[in-house]
Amino acid sequence: MAKEDYEIVIGLEVHAELSTKTKIFCSCPTEFGAAPNTHTCPVCMAMPGALPVLNEKVVEYAVKAGLATNCSITKESKNDRKNYFYPDLPKSYQISQFDKPLCTNGQIDIEEDGTTKTIGITRIHIEEDAGKLNHNEFGSGSLVDLNRAGVPLIEIVSEPDMRSSKDAENYLRKIKSILEYIEVSDCKMQEGSLRADVNVSVRKIGCKEFGTRTEMKNMNSFRSIVRAIDYEAQRQIEVIENGGKIEQETLRWDDVSGKTFSMRDKEDAQDYRYFPEPDLVAIRLSDEYIESIRKNLPELPESRKKRYLEEYKLTEKEAKMLTASKYMSNLFENALKICGNAKAVANWLLSDVSRILNEKEIEPDQIPFTAEQLAKMIMLIEKGTISSAIGKKVLEELFENPKDPEKIIEEKGWIQISDEGAIKEIVMKILENNPQSIIDFKAGKDRALGFLVGQAMKETKGKANPKMLNDMFLEELNK
Amino acid sequence: MNITELTVHELQEKLKSKELTIEQITKAYVENIEKHEKDVQAFITPLKENALKQAQEIQEKIENKEITNSLAGIPIGIKDNICTKGVKTTCASKMLENFVAPYNATVMEKINNESMINLGKLNMDEFAMGASTEYSYFKKTRNPWNLNTVPGGSSGGSAAAVAANMVPWALGSDTGGSIRQPASFCGVVGLKPTYGLVSRYGLVAFASSLDQIGPITKDVQDAAILLNVIAGHDEKDSTSANKEKVDYTKALKNDVKGLKIGIPKEYFGEGINSEVKQSLEKAIETYKALGATVEEFSLNIADYALATYYIIACAEASSNLGRFDGIRYGYRTENYTDLKELFRNSRSEGFGAEVKRRIILGTYVLSSGYYDAYYKKAQQVRTLVKKEFDKAFEKYDVLLTPTSPTVAFEIGTRSNNPLEMYLADICTVSVNIAGLPGISIPCGVDSKGMPIGMQLIANKFEEETILNAAYTYEQKVKFRENYEPTFKGGAC
Repeated sequence: MAKEDYEIVIGLEVHAELSTKTKIFCSCPTEFGAAPNTHTCPVCMAMPGALPVLNEKVVEYAVKAGLATNCSITKESKNDRKNYFYPDLPKSYQISQFDKPLCTNGQIDIEEDGTTKTIGITRIHIEEDAGKLNHNEFGSGSLVDLNRAGVPLIEIVSEPDMRSSKDAENYLRKIKSILEYIEVSDCKMQEGSLRADVNVSVRKIGCKEFGTRTEMKNMNSFRSIVRAIDYEAQRQIEVIENGGKIEQETLRWDDVSGKTFSMRDKEDAQDYRYFPEPDLVAIRLSDEYIESIRKNLPELPESRKKRYLEEYKLTEKEAKMLTASKYMSNLFENALKICGNAKAVANWLLSDVSRILNEKEIEPDQIPFTAEQLAKMIMLIEKGTISSAIGKKVLEELFENPKDPEKIIEEKGWIQISDEGAIKEIVMKILENNPQSIIDFKAGKDRALGFLVGQAMKETKGKANPKMLNDMFLEELNK
Repeated sequence: MNITELTVHELQEKLKSKELTIEQITKAYVENIEKHEKDVQAFITPLKENALKQAQEIQEKIENKEITNSLAGIPIGIKDNICTKGVKTTCASKMLENFVAPYNATVMEKINNESMINLGKLNMDEFAMGASTEYSYFKKTRNPWNLNTVPGGSSGGSAAAVAANMVPWALGSDTGGSIRQPASFCGVVGLKPTYGLVSRYGLVAFASSLDQIGPITKDVQDAAILLNVIAGHDEKDSTSANKEKVDYTKALKNDVKGLKIGIPKEYFGEGINSEVKQSLEKAIETYKALGATVEEFSLNIADYALATYYIIACAEASSNLGRFDGIRYGYRTENYTDLKELFRNSRSEGFGAEVKRRIILGTYVLSSGYYDAYYKKAQQVRTLVKKEFDKAFEKYDVLLTPTSPTVAFEIGTRSNNPLEMYLADICTVSVNIAGLPGISIPCGVDSKGMPIGMQLIANKFEEETILNAAYTYEQKVKFRENYEPTFKGGAC
């Protein structure tokens, strides 16, 4: 049997750090990047006798996420302890939710090649993040940094409804986009604030039962998730084809070798001994509370897309691409407010900006320049101060060293030559150096004009006003 | 006048009338600690010099009228599982032998706000697990009434120190009887408040859903005064109740006419020592004579309380004590080559046998495959116990039982028999399971002169009812005027 006879079944457990100001059970800041163990207190250090107090914002954010993904909200929910030993887990238990998660039974739609697919969401629960183990640069062993311990997370568990790595990518992109839109997580994958555990199994097409699944934990880039799923599915098919059996286990994806590795042996199968957290009380939510959150939910990508189609007359594809990332979409709207040209901003974002993002393998939220800088660049082109060719160079510069585009073109000397005398001088010089082109043009070869303009642009390093060049060449050639 | 024999409310009067100074009082206690500590062994960390220095400072502030509250300068002893900033908090464990908490428990903040003086940290069973204070890593505390017997536990250091007049009063903690049972063994008053009345923030957790901090005092009025200090909502403890503040001393009316007392007959059956039973029966007659109505009834679920208690308490303990892993603070083994060994050996070497026994038991009852049969079942029984008490309090204001089936037993007689040790809690655990307030007051002595304790139980947040009932009895019987510890025995 071949690969085509198998179906891949994928489920995702997405962990998103919530962007609350303080941690889930204490008032330490959640900010990323502080010196080790400076954002800690007796509670998140698990000092003896310290007690957790639930941050209400965490519940609010989780309910927002639940409502935005069409979940039912549990009106009486609770926290549970998940017990295991690890140096980054100071209490030796993680406060999570076991049998009464805040949100259940949701779904979102993903699109691929124009067809829509619904992915079920089993549950969303709140929990605390663990700390981090860092390599010890002063000696052997590891160093524990508990700044992240107690940072609030939601875990979004999907149904095993995805059938390809592309599905998984689309699903994760959609989740990321929704969380960004409702402003509950900044979803910075490179900082680990959005990561996914990926469950993969394969089964023969037509088979009703699921195959045994493996789990790859803590994946934090779209590219590795796609690669890992493709690799792992292929590995499983090969094992089965060779008469083997898939072991249910946790795997580690290695991005360098492009392979998965077994993480621990079976005898270490964890028993987390979940039980209700006695230090916290039940979470009771009123209908009014849930409704007020529902009413104040920010605009979601779907409705924003519709607005783009109607208000800005963008194409379906443009609107979809722009709204996929809230960051991109906000950049679009903010730049538009300044320069007033929707089509131009959309074009720049979807062509050159997107191309550079791809080349650099970065996400829209890592774009270093501001909407104002982008808008100004577009306005400089419209005014004729620079050509679009120079615009592209300015954009590259904005990615490298973002500042006011006027300053950039001034410093680089990229201001367009629109002075009639200067243009004429260039035109005469080019004509003098290319007598053959004049003959060609007169013989009816229109291409010769293009060649001459190109030569003039080369001579001026792209700074000459192309329209003026064109006109003046025609004038001279037709004399 | 022997200063250390005075209750706190008596000290307050003497301070007010300027018969005594703060320094005199503190000095008297420090001297008494020096006199009796070698016999009683109640302290893990005495703070004698510090206390004397503090007394001087507070005396000055009082003279300068910078401090005016009536508890300023009153000394106190603190059970060593309550976090004290800058002073060791060991939980009587090798695991925390050198642990200094970087913060104060909420109750310590309250004590400090009153400018009270901490005389020292008191001995206990390791992590509050035990009923005799024999499971302390550091020392065995002795009962001042007979130095060959245990003071009870786990707040044995607190109860013995109060009984021996080494502190005027103390804070203990009670998970299954750890305030009331040692109070009973040592002939003093011990109050376990309603779950949620006193903040647990900074109390090193044994079993989170059962633990409460409470006063151990010479008499009921002192218990009411100390409860006034420590009770109250704390936003750092989510399980603390948001109730209006009550002045518990106002509840002491010296009148129980019409009080309805229920006697759960299960607490007077098999296993109760006959002298204890007789003493309680006498107390019941006293209440009748004072005008209370007394009725026997059946508290059906009582037989299951002990098993339920040990499942829930151990389950929570197994998780609560996980943080003692040798990583961030506390004992760390020197003997490890990898992470697993670091965890395993730190915990194996740092915890004593009883603590390990309970962690293993708790881990077992939470394990998959056993959870439903043990932990879940225990939670169901817990609900039944609560309902049974609810029913009882529809009929009665107060329930009266022995605090312990026996008087203080001899050192070494039960420490190797865990089951027998667990039976010491049989009269007290259901109060914790149901989250109720319970008080133990002395109601007599047995033929060997060992004190017997009576437990009064009220409905949730009805501390005033049991305080008044206890106070009225105390005023009638005057136990302290008739009996005192003898410090006999102790040659061993």
